Amino acid sequence: MSAVQTGAVVGGSLGPHTDRVEPRHKGSRTGYLLLLPGMLWLLLFFAVPTIQLLATSLYDPNGSLESGYAMTWHFGTYLDVLSAYRAPFLRSLGYAVSATVLALVFGYPLAYAIAFKAGRWRNLMLVLVIAPFFTSFLVRTLAWKSILADNGFIVSGLQAVHVLGPDGRLLATSVAVVTGLTYNFLPFMVLPIYASLEKIDLRLVEAGKDLYANGVTSFRKITLPLSMPGVVAGTLLTFIPAAGDYINAQLLGTPQQYMIGNVIDNTFLVQLDYPVAAACSVILMAAIVLMVLVYVRRAGTEDLL
Amino acid sequence: MTSRPHPDPEQGSGHTAEAGADLRLSAVTKRFGEFTAVNALDLVVEQGRFFALLGPSGCGKTTTLRMVAGLEEPTSGTITIAGRDISRLRPYKRPVNTVFQSYALFPHLDIFENVAFGLRRRGISEVRSKVHDMLELVELGGYEKRRPAQLSGGQQQRVALARALINRPQVLLLDEPLGALDLKLRRQMQIELKRIQTEVGITFVHVTHDQEEAMTMADTIAVMNQGVIDQMGSPAELYDNPATTFVSNFLGQSNLVRAAVVATRGDDLVVEAYGCTLAAPGSRARRTEGTVWLGVRPEKVFLARAGAEAAEASGPAGANVLTGGVVSDVSFIGVSTQYLVRMPWGQELTVFEQNSGAHDTFRPGESVDLRWSADHTFLLDADQDAHAGDQSYAELVGTPSA
Repeated sequence: MSAVQTGAVVGGSLGPHTDRVEPRHKGSRTGYLLLLPGMLWLLLFFAVPTIQLLATSLYDPNGSLESGYAMTWHFGTYLDVLSAYRAPFLRSLGYAVSATVLALVFGYPLAYAIAFKAGRWRNLMLVLVIAPFFTSFLVRTLAWKSILADNGFIVSGLQAVHVLGPDGRLLATSVAVVTGLTYNFLPFMVLPIYASLEKIDLRLVEAGKDLYANGVTSFRKITLPLSMPGVVAGTLLTFIPAAGDYINAQLLGTPQQYMIGNVIDNTFLVQLDYPVAAACSVILMAAIVLMVLVYVRRAGTEDLL
Repeated sequence: MTSRPHPDPEQGSGHTAEAGADLRLSAVTKRFGEFTAVNALDLVVEQGRFFALLGPSGCGKTTTLRMVAGLEEPTSGTITIAGRDISRLRPYKRPVNTVFQSYALFPHLDIFENVAFGLRRRGISEVRSKVHDMLELVELGGYEKRRPAQLSGGQQQRVALARALINRPQVLLLDEPLGALDLKLRRQMQIELKRIQTEVGITFVHVTHDQEEAMTMADTIAVMNQGVIDQMGSPAELYDNPATTFVSNFLGQSNLVRAAVVATRGDDLVVEAYGCTLAAPGSRARRTEGTVWLGVRPEKVFLARAGAEAAEASGPAGANVLTGGVVSDVSFIGVSTQYLVRMPWGQELTVFEQNSGAHDTFRPGESVDLRWSADHTFLLDADQDAHAGDQSYAELVGTPSA
C-alpha cells in the first residue's frame, strides 16, 4: 500500500486525482450489484405482467379463452368499458375518497394520542392498532357483516334513537361498504402518521409556544405541517388499496354498491372476458397514478418525503 | 406601565430609564419528584443587564430559565417582570422569548417565516420591513428564502436570535446558545451577542456552563450549584473574591491550602499553614477564625529559588511565602508556563508564569519557594470540599463535580 502511495506522490498531480476517483467508481458498481436482485424481480413480476395486461386490453374482444385472442390493437374496448362501467368506476373513487377521509379523521387523533399522550401505554396501543392483522381480511369483513346486520345492536340502537327508520338498515348500503373500507385500512393511515408525529422534535412546539402560538395555533403551524409526510403516506396507503378493493362491496353491499374491483373480478373470473377485465384494470391503475401525482404535487411535501 | 405585554421599541427606551422592568424571582423552587432542581432561589435581574447564570450541568440553571419562559411551572415561589406576576402564565402570554440550545428553528419554514413567526402570531403589521431590519442586525440579509437546513451552525444560531429578538421581549432568555459551535465561531459570536445586546438594550439572561463565555459577555454572573446561587457579582468580583470553594474552582483555577487563623493584625488576618506564617486581608476572608482554606490564583504566584531573599527574588514585597516546594512538572503554553509544585505535605500547587522573560525558568526537580502578594490571598470556609466545582479533578476521579 505504501508503495502505491509513493507512486501516487511521484505521479504528481495525477496522484490525488486517481485516489479520489477510484473509490467512487468501485462504489457505483456495488450499488448496481445491490440493485440487481430487486430489479430482476420487478422486471419478471411487475414489468412483464404489466405489458401483458396492456396487451390483453387491446386484444380482439370477439376472441375467447377457447378460440384464443388475436392482437388487433382494439382501443375501442376502453370506450366500451368506460360507458358500460361508468357507475362502478365513479363509485370506487367516491367510496375510496370517503373511506380515506374517514380514516384520516379517526386515524390522526389516534396517532397523535399514541405519539404524545400514551406514555407507557404507547407500545401496547401500537400493538392494538396492528392486532387486527392477526386475523384474515376476509374474516374481519365477515365480522362486520354481523355487526351491521339488521338485527344487530347497532341497527337496533340507531332505530331506537330514530336515526334509522323502523325499516332502515345498514347492511347492503353504501354506508356499510365505506365503513368496512375505513375499518380495514385504518392501520395503514395510523402507522405512517404516528411515525412522522413521533419524529417531531418537541422543542419545536416549545419554541412555537415561546413565540406566542397557543395550543391550537402551534398544532396548525408546527405539528400538522411537520406530520404531512405521514398524512400523505397514510392517505395513499388507504386510498390506493381501497379504490381497488372488492371484498367489502361484495360482503357488505349488493350489486348496487359494486365497485370496479367487483367488475374486474366478475369479468375476469366469471365471464372470462379478458380484454374487458384488462381494460378496467388499466383504467383504474391510470386513474390512481394520475390522482396520486396531482395529490402529492398539491400537498407540497416532496421535499419532506 | 402599559397593560400590553410588549411595549413598542420606541417606548422601550423610556422603560430602560425607569429601570422598572426588572426580572425578579422570589423563593422559586422546582421539584421533580424527590429531586429538587431549584431550591428557594431569589434573584433580581435589572433591566438592560447582560446576566449570566453559570453552573455545571444539572445545577438547575436551565430549569430556572425554563420557569421564566413558562416551559416549566415552579413548585412554589413567584416570578415577576416589571412587578407583574407571570409565574402561572402560559408561555405564549409572557413578555419573554427564548433562544434555544438546539435553536429549534422550524424546518418547514424558510428563514423569513421563521423570523416572522412571533410577529404573525400577534398580528403585528409591517412584518416585511421588521424581518428585513432584524436579519440585517444579525448580518443575514439576503437569506430570507433559505431553509434552516441550508444554513451553517453559526447562521442558524443568528436566525434563532433574530426570531426571538424581533418580538422585543422584556427579557431575552438564551439557553447555552453557543454550545453547538466550534471554539473560533463561539468567540466571534460572543462578541457579536454582546454588540447586539448593547444595541437593542434588552435584558439578556444567558445560561451557560462555560465560565469563559460568561465572563466575556455578562456584566453580572450568578454562579449556580445544586439548585442554589453560590455567589453573584461582576466577573472581576467573582474571580478575585470567590465566596466558596465551588466558585473558586469553577471560575478559573485556585490553589487551596489548609490553614488556621492565629491572630488579627490591623485589617489583616494572620494564618498559619504547614509551619509558614501568612497574611490575608480581612475583607477577603469568608471565615475569620479556626480552620480555613487559604486560596490564591495560580497566576498571582511567583516562583523563586529556594531560600532566595525577597529582594533578589522576582516576587512582590510584603509577600506571602510558602517554602519547600519541588517543581514536579513544567508545561510550556506559549504566553505562559504552567508549573506544578509538590509541597512538603504532598499537595501539588499550580503556578502560571507569564513568558515575559523577566523571570527565571525552572526545571522539574528544582527546589522553589512560592511567593505572592498578601492582598491576593482569600480565605474560605474549611468545611467546604476543596475540589467542589473543579472539573478536571472530577474527570480524574470520575465523579460529577456538582
